[in-house]
Amino acid sequence: MSSSSTATAQAPEAEHDAHGHGHGHDAHGGHHAPQSFFHKYLYSTDHKIIGMQYLFTGMFMALIGGFTVYAFRMQMAFPGMSVPGYGRVSAGDYNALVTTHGSVMIFWVAMPVLIAALGNYLIPLMIGCDDMVFPRLNRLSYQIFLLSVIVLIASFFVDGGAFGGAWTSYPPLSAKAQYNLTPLGAPMCLTAVALEFAAFLMGGINFVTTVMNSRAPGMKMFDVPIVIWSIIIASILFMASVGPLIAGAIMLLFDQTLGTAFFDPNKGGDPVLWQHLFWFFGHPEVYVVLLPAMGIVAEVIVTFSRKKLFAYKTVLYTMVGTGVISFFVWAHHQFVAGIDPRMANIFSVTTLLVSIPVAEMVFVYIATLYGGSIRLTTPMLWALAFIAEFLLGGVTGIYLGSSGADIYFHDTYFVLAHFHYTFFPIAFIAVFAALTYWFPKMFGRYMNEAWGKVHFWGTIIAFNFIFIPLFLLGARGDHRRIYDYTHFPDLMKPGMQDLRVLATVSLVVLLCFQVIFVVNYFLSMVRGPKASANPWKANTLEWAAPSPPPHGNFPDGLPTVHRGPYEYSHPDRQEDYWPQNAS
Amino acid sequence: MSSFPRPIATTRSVTGISTGKLAVWWLIASEIVIFGGVLGSYLMHRIGHPEWASHAAHTNTWAGAFNTLVLLTSSLFAVLAHQAADQKDGKKAAKFLYLTVLGAFTFLIVKSIEWTGEIQAGYTISSHTFWSFYYTAAGIHGVHVLAGAIIMLVIASDAKKGVDLQRVEAVGLYWHFVDIVWIFLFPLLYIAK
Amino acid sequence: MISKYVESASSFAGDIDHLIWLVTVIVGFWFFLAEGVLFYFILRYTAQDGVKGQYITGEDPKQKRWVAWPHYLTLLFDVWIIIAAITVWQHVKQAMPQADSTVRIIAQQWAWTFVHPGPDGKLDTPDDIKLVDELHVEKGKTYHFELQSRDVLHSFSVPVFRLKQDAIPGRTIRGWFKATMAGGFDIQCTEICGIGHALMPARILIENHEDQAAWVMSKSPAAAATGGTP
Ligand code: HEA
Ligand code: HEA
Ligand code: CUA
Ligand SMILES: [Cu+2]
Repeated sequence: MSSSSTATAQAPEAEHDAHGHGHGHDAHGGHHAPQSFFHKYLYSTDHKIIGMQYLFTGMFMALIGGFTVYAFRMQMAFPGMSVPGYGRVSAGDYNALVTTHGSVMIFWVAMPVLIAALGNYLIPLMIGCDDMVFPRLNRLSYQIFLLSVIVLIASFFVDGGAFGGAWTSYPPLSAKAQYNLTPLGAPMCLTAVALEFAAFLMGGINFVTTVMNSRAPGMKMFDVPIVIWSIIIASILFMASVGPLIAGAIMLLFDQTLGTAFFDPNKGGDPVLWQHLFWFFGHPEVYVVLLPAMGIVAEVIVTFSRKKLFAYKTVLYTMVGTGVISFFVWAHHQFVAGIDPRMANIFSVTTLLVSIPVAEMVFVYIATLYGGSIRLTTPMLWALAFIAEFLLGGVTGIYLGSSGADIYFHDTYFVLAHFHYTFFPIAFIAVFAALTYWFPKMFGRYMNEAWGKVHFWGTIIAFNFIFIPLFLLGARGDHRRIYDYTHFPDLMKPGMQDLRVLATVSLVVLLCFQVIFVVNYFLSMVRGPKASANPWKANTLEWAAPSPPPHGNFPDGLPTVHRGPYEYSHPDRQEDYWPQNAS
Repeated sequence: MSSFPRPIATTRSVTGISTGKLAVWWLIASEIVIFGGVLGSYLMHRIGHPEWASHAAHTNTWAGAFNTLVLLTSSLFAVLAHQAADQKDGKKAAKFLYLTVLGAFTFLIVKSIEWTGEIQAGYTISSHTFWSFYYTAAGIHGVHVLAGAIIMLVIASDAKKGVDLQRVEAVGLYWHFVDIVWIFLFPLLYIAK
Repeated sequence: MISKYVESASSFAGDIDHLIWLVTVIVGFWFFLAEGVLFYFILRYTAQDGVKGQYITGEDPKQKRWVAWPHYLTLLFDVWIIIAAITVWQHVKQAMPQADSTVRIIAQQWAWTFVHPGPDGKLDTPDDIKLVDELHVEKGKTYHFELQSRDVLHSFSVPVFRLKQDAIPGRTIRGWFKATMAGGFDIQCTEICGIGHALMPARILIENHEDQAAWVMSKSPAAAATGGTP
């Protein structure tokens, strides 16, 4: 295949014919024969449709993740009550709900929405081509993902119920039905996660090759928008870290079903091995979701402060740096897990070092605001809130990375609040920024700003009222995965139950505010005022396509790139923006 | 299948490397970590348990050695297929691919005979952690051999018609990788006694 | 900070509290600085009519130093935290001071068994005192513990000691503590261990020398044989 970095809309057809395909013409341009609903929306190879499929599936899973947390937090605040909409939460139910909540939020909300949905939707548009390089692999990836969702949901209804051994699935608890009492739930949960990994591996390979090979003519490495870079780095990070866990998952599945003893100490296995395999993936995984969120925030901040991104290359290098260091910190989850105590010293050092590139990224974003012309639109509010909230999640990680302090904090609500202050900003705040920012592109209409702001303030305030109390409870000794604290006299001191109730009530408030978002989102799709191709006056290539972009993305011919993505307020220009493709 | 309308994205090649080949490289990279996980876990256990050697003694080194030879030969055919594809000789490329597939199936047949014997002798996947690793590692590898064989059959039938010859090289890369994994497995599971 | 809410009842609890306080001061400073600058910029540079944004690439070293210097400083502070953290860690988890007594702690789904040495002060002798969900220790004595599990992972945690250690089936994990305050406190299982994980509380009873001696006597078989109760 010849290299054709100057491909125009014409050239590829010649290539297609050479391969004996006469249908090259149908692949692009808006002039399609009408397709059936099935082919257009359910069985499509169009990257935008696949992105939407991931997005809506992820949103649906967010409802499950949100419902489970509602049920178990109600039980925690009001032990023994019959939770409206769920019923009584038994000890077994509680564990299953917590496990489901954690796994769903990470693997079926954060990952699919941030990487698969946005990656699929944005990559071809932002690098200026018409689709992914492997559209059918892409479709297959979503189908496998859907299968994983079905397997997971089915596991709630089998004999013994859903798995309740925490999202970390530590053996021997997870390995033997006699311990976990979920003979079917445990292997099904593991199978679902494995299928999901397979789907994302396919997606990741597709993303990386697409960006490497199919960028618009003229788009050099440093002209690629940061959000695309972040998704690519995250995909590579995922690919490089998930292998050992896939291996571990196969071994654990065999322990559960075939009677092997990889993790069974009584027969020569080693339960701590699983922890190493899990966290070797588990820690990089948190940066797999962090980086795309950071990328989204970069795009939104530059657009609404009309500023060039401060030190583009530095952002890029810190992202790579974070990724590299993340491979050497995993045992900070195991300080007191029975590993050789000398190892903790090494991992404490590497863990604190990871704060350096992350801090640099945050500093760069703040510096970008300097001298800007800031517009506080809904997406911008979300992006700024991301920085403000993530900072608290980040700095509390430093307590945990300090091995001496982690002896106390490990597996308390302090850890829990730490990672919700990182995860919630990533999986919801940054996602809301993305959904509101790209809404006009995706659906050709505006969302309602006033309701958007109501939703923003309601969510942000409620969010802090959930997790600040949990920090306090953690510092006072509340430990994780306890369905009823009344068994622990020291944890029922005056005021402690009040904090638990406060967190739960704030959660209910937060959930109510999400109704506003869902209604605003879906109503605006049909009723919102029509948006032009480039409503925010942004530079990147997706805004050169019509809103919403048709199949093939750029009906007037694929764009050619002349400059970097962040040329805002350039002194030589009348306009305060300068699109990448404008000559 | 071939009437699938391909996007322009597929035809671009900014890096100068064909898209299929790039994808295979990334696939291999992600597979390396998977096998790395299995073999790393196995090595940790093996170093901690010298007594596993008594179990390893029951593996059939000759069968393993024969299979190593079979895979190496098949890799050679894969190279020849690639050469033929470079010369745009689809028929010849297909012929060599079929020979490679023959190697794959020989490998799998020898493997099944071996395993049948071992299972009959009472060494099953759950009898000892050494055997758990033995069957799991070789099993995952075997699945890759089978998958490679099926993909090669598909590609060969296209290549015969002169379609998508660039894929011959890509699948060859994958096949070399499967071969190299075996080169690690063989000494670790069979020779280390 | 922590000790305001959770008693500090071991010799190293103070060290850990101090470390937590140090981290709070350092990251607190950075946290408020970063938030402050962020909010200042948002308010200061809100869009005004006719004012265009400035064109700053941030690639020029003169501009870059605005992020580079804070960056070097965080590295410096990191080193400070690391040194403090590792010092505490080595004291609590690596050093094993000479023991006055040893107890064995056995976790299982879902109960704790505590094996105390009897009057002879040695474990694995017939006068050992086995108790479920109750651990008796003497104030001021250095204890070693031997932590074991019968089935799955559990974790032995005494918040007032700031002590936590996972139990792993098939292994014996050793550690130490020295209680400095009399009283009764919670022992938690902090590793999920199945549906009874929340039902695995136990109590630690820290006693003065006399009370402890009297308790040991009351529990010892010899005392039981002679029918003597104090
Ligand atoms: C996306 C999610 C995410 C992110 C981004 C992070 C980021 C970090 N995490 Fe977190 N973490 C989790 C998700 C995440 N974590 C989860 C899910 C768990 C628990 C899993 C479980 O057990 O179920 C966990 C648990 C966890 C532990 C184990 C605790 C325990 O179980 O005992 C530790 C310990 O070191 C840790 C550390 C860190 C550190 C050092 C960072 C750093 O990356 C943070 C770096 C950022 C900053 C530091 C802020 C910006 C910097 C400045 C403002 C400069 C000033 C700073 C200094 C002077 C240091 N995390
Ligand atoms: C991405 C990760 C993520 C997210 C977003 C959340 C969100 C929340 N989590 Fe969760 N949580 C985890 C990951 C996450 N969690 C993990 C890994 C664990 C550990 C599990 C374990 O121990 O095994 C855990 C455990 C955990 C516990 C501990 C239980 C225990 O140990 O006993 C608690 C307790 O309060 C809790 C609370 C919450 C709350 C109140 C929210 C709220 O913020 C939730 C709010 C919900 C919504 C906002 C959903 C509805 C929104 C929409 C429908 C909007 C449209 C959708 C999109 C835009 C996508 N979580
Ligand atoms: Cu035992 Cu939790
Ligand atoms: Cu981590």
